[in-house]
Amino acid sequence: MASVVFYFQVHQPYRLRRYSIFDSDQVYFDHPRNEEIIRKVAQKCYLPTNELLLRLFQKHGEAFRVSFSLTGIVVEQLRRWAPEALESFVELARTGCVEFCAETYYHSMAFLYNRDEFVQQTRRHCELVKDLFAQSPRVFRNTELTYNNDVARVVEGMGFSAILTEGADHVLGYRSPNHLYNPPNCPNLRMLMKNYRLSDDIAFRFGRTDWAEYPLTVEKFTSWVDQINGSGNVCNLFMDYETFGEHQWNETGIFRFLEELPAAVLATGRNDFLTISQAVDRYPSAGEVDVPHMISWADSERDISAWLGNSMQANALHDVYAIAHEVLASGDEDLIEDWRRLQTSDHFYYMCTKWFADGDVHRYFNPYESPYDAYINYMNILDNVRARAAHKR
Amino acid sequence: MRVFMLGWEFPPHISGGLGTACYGLTKGLVENGVQVFFVLPTAVPVGGPSHVQIRTPASLGAEGAEYVESIEDAGGGAGEAPYLMPQVQVVQVDAALQPYAPPGRVLQAAGSVRSIADKPRRSRQVKPAAAPPPAAPPPAAPPPAGSSKRISSGLITAGGGAHYQGDLMGQVNRYARQAVELARREEFDLIHAHDWMTYAAGMAVKAATGKPLVVHVHSTEFDRSGESVNQQVYDIERAGMHAADRVVCVSYLTRSLCITRYGVPPEKVDVVYNAVEIPNGQFPLRPIRQNEKIVLFLGRVTMQKGPEYFLRAARKVVDRFKSVRFVMAGSGDMITQCIRQAAELHLGRYVTFTGFLRGLDVDRIFAMADLYVMPSVSEPFGIAPLEALSRNVPAIISKQSGVSEVLRHVLKVDFWDVDEIANKILAVLRHPPLQRTLRHHGAIELRKMSWKDSAARLKAIYHTVCNPAGRA
Repeated sequence: MASVVFYFQVHQPYRLRRYSIFDSDQVYFDHPRNEEIIRKVAQKCYLPTNELLLRLFQKHGEAFRVSFSLTGIVVEQLRRWAPEALESFVELARTGCVEFCAETYYHSMAFLYNRDEFVQQTRRHCELVKDLFAQSPRVFRNTELTYNNDVARVVEGMGFSAILTEGADHVLGYRSPNHLYNPPNCPNLRMLMKNYRLSDDIAFRFGRTDWAEYPLTVEKFTSWVDQINGSGNVCNLFMDYETFGEHQWNETGIFRFLEELPAAVLATGRNDFLTISQAVDRYPSAGEVDVPHMISWADSERDISAWLGNSMQANALHDVYAIAHEVLASGDEDLIEDWRRLQTSDHFYYMCTKWFADGDVHRYFNPYESPYDAYINYMNILDNVRARAAHKR
Repeated sequence: MRVFMLGWEFPPHISGGLGTACYGLTKGLVENGVQVFFVLPTAVPVGGPSHVQIRTPASLGAEGAEYVESIEDAGGGAGEAPYLMPQVQVVQVDAALQPYAPPGRVLQAAGSVRSIADKPRRSRQVKPAAAPPPAAPPPAAPPPAGSSKRISSGLITAGGGAHYQGDLMGQVNRYARQAVELARREEFDLIHAHDWMTYAAGMAVKAATGKPLVVHVHSTEFDRSGESVNQQVYDIERAGMHAADRVVCVSYLTRSLCITRYGVPPEKVDVVYNAVEIPNGQFPLRPIRQNEKIVLFLGRVTMQKGPEYFLRAARKVVDRFKSVRFVMAGSGDMITQCIRQAAELHLGRYVTFTGFLRGLDVDRIFAMADLYVMPSVSEPFGIAPLEALSRNVPAIISKQSGVSEVLRHVLKVDFWDVDEIANKILAVLRHPPLQRTLRHHGAIELRKMSWKDSAARLKAIYHTVCNPAGRA
């Protein structure tokens, strides 16, 4: 039996407006643009894909399942600018076929810099999931699947029963991502590791005509999943939800692929679909996986260099967390909220200089002309936040 | 392969980027196995700290003496000569092509022109502005059928733009005539002319020898003069581009100007980017005994280079950050205006005018600088930012520049956006990690740009004009 575990990440940052050193107002976010993007993504991805999933749940009953995580700030933006899309997620939750995971509310890198802040943001996100979807999350995923042994320890201590991360070759070695594992000294926590080959076949390569396997048919993909039979328990397909309709356009046939996949997988009689928690309940740990250094699902390096790979990023991250005490002590709710929105990992991703010269996926997601512009803009805003915090003291 | 190259400046005596580019390209060509015969006007002083190999008048034979009378032997030991290239011959002909020189220098040059024994018709042409246009092509260029008109259209008398010096048009023609004389004694495969002042010569040599012509556009009249173009200069540029077998531009920005403003067929225009020679030696990251940051402007102080935007940005920076000094290194027709502007902005304490710098002084000022700013209104390429990066100085460059097509690890601004220039200057001054990241990646990026590679592109273009049928 090979169980397909679909996990979709739903996230949109609050993009910053152009903020010069000569600006002194407290309007940091480019809400017209944020609104435009969230509406566009809702139209192209969230609404049609949710509708498709709903149909699949009706058609296959309990046999088809998926898992999700929606960041707190994408939920806020949906509520404000695309409530019909948020409602369609709630509708998915009502089917009972969807599990919602926990993460940091602000999609932040707080774990690296401030554990208290990390715990607070995670708790807040759990409350959101409970309020919105009537579920208590059992599974945690850290921002961009950043992970190491320490994350596991803290997360286990918070009572979660599973954590997601990347099935990076350099930590798995000869082992396969198609089993559940547990972190060292964390007997109560299971690790699910992304099968990045099969996941990226859908998320990145699906529409690429220069790919040797193009076009990716349901039959072909189903046969790859079937090969896990006998050598593994799970097929962890983790990806951005925006894969459907946004990264892979409708024209690539991505929706039809998703529509036909469940029936084809189930037709083998050997394979099924599970939520993350179901997989945890059904399969044992195949052993410990030791991850002393930070890994993530980003880039070919699978490390955190996309957010913390140059001096600008290190400086910006350090500086935003350096004012934590002052900001929190101020008791100013608006200030605290602004500060937390500035922790979203995307702001640091935009400052990444890796591959900048060649232009690639980084640039596609980047609202700035260059990583330097991203840094300058961010630091100008942080100056203003710092001044507000200092003023409150 | 041997190239008959026409230029008007060559290191160490340069007024701008053209000399640097000619030096880099010729050196790169030599490395690619191409021989260069470089023709320079006499207004360029040759000598000083040695030079490339220079032909003496005697070696040209008795007839040649008339044209190369003012050629000087550069002297100096070959071993210590920074500009020595055995495969490049530089020959000076007697013409005072120097558009940007201070008036005094042009008068000097004119003096040396007058001292030459000359035929009456010729001396009339070199005398100041009143000379009428020659009715016919110069005697030195017996016109092959069909091309005589183009030559005569390229030979124009003095007049025109305020920022051009003296009897420039007469000198352009003079240079052309003498280049033809030289060309008749030389063996070469093609002609390569740099910028408009040598286009007339290029066309004349082409007409006289039938060799293919490549013109190299380092800047256009629209870059130098905005919309108030000098019609004569424009006409020469246009004639040169149309007469050429191939037009080489320093950027796509310039290429599109050549196509839209000069009507050159797009398929005839190539782009060869400039490069930079990475200097030997260590450049200190921080100058000793400095308690103020230095922001550098280095270039001709002319409308084209945007000095006024630099000063207006300086004012905004100083409002926020006091331990800073703005250095304007360069001279030009806007220098007095800039000094006045600095005074009006109450920037006296914060701005230093150094005048024109060259050689070691350029190295020194770069070593002191924390940031280089090029706010050019129109910059066909712009080598100076590459020089800044090569000396570990991060750069802010105008988006209206060719070099912004090739550089990514610099800060880019619109020249008119003074707030944004100031915003970025302040960011670099206030955030060392930004400076560090720019330096780190800038140094890597720079290694991808070499004159040898640019010259290889050029050589490929030479092959297409020499073997039009594709027999490369």
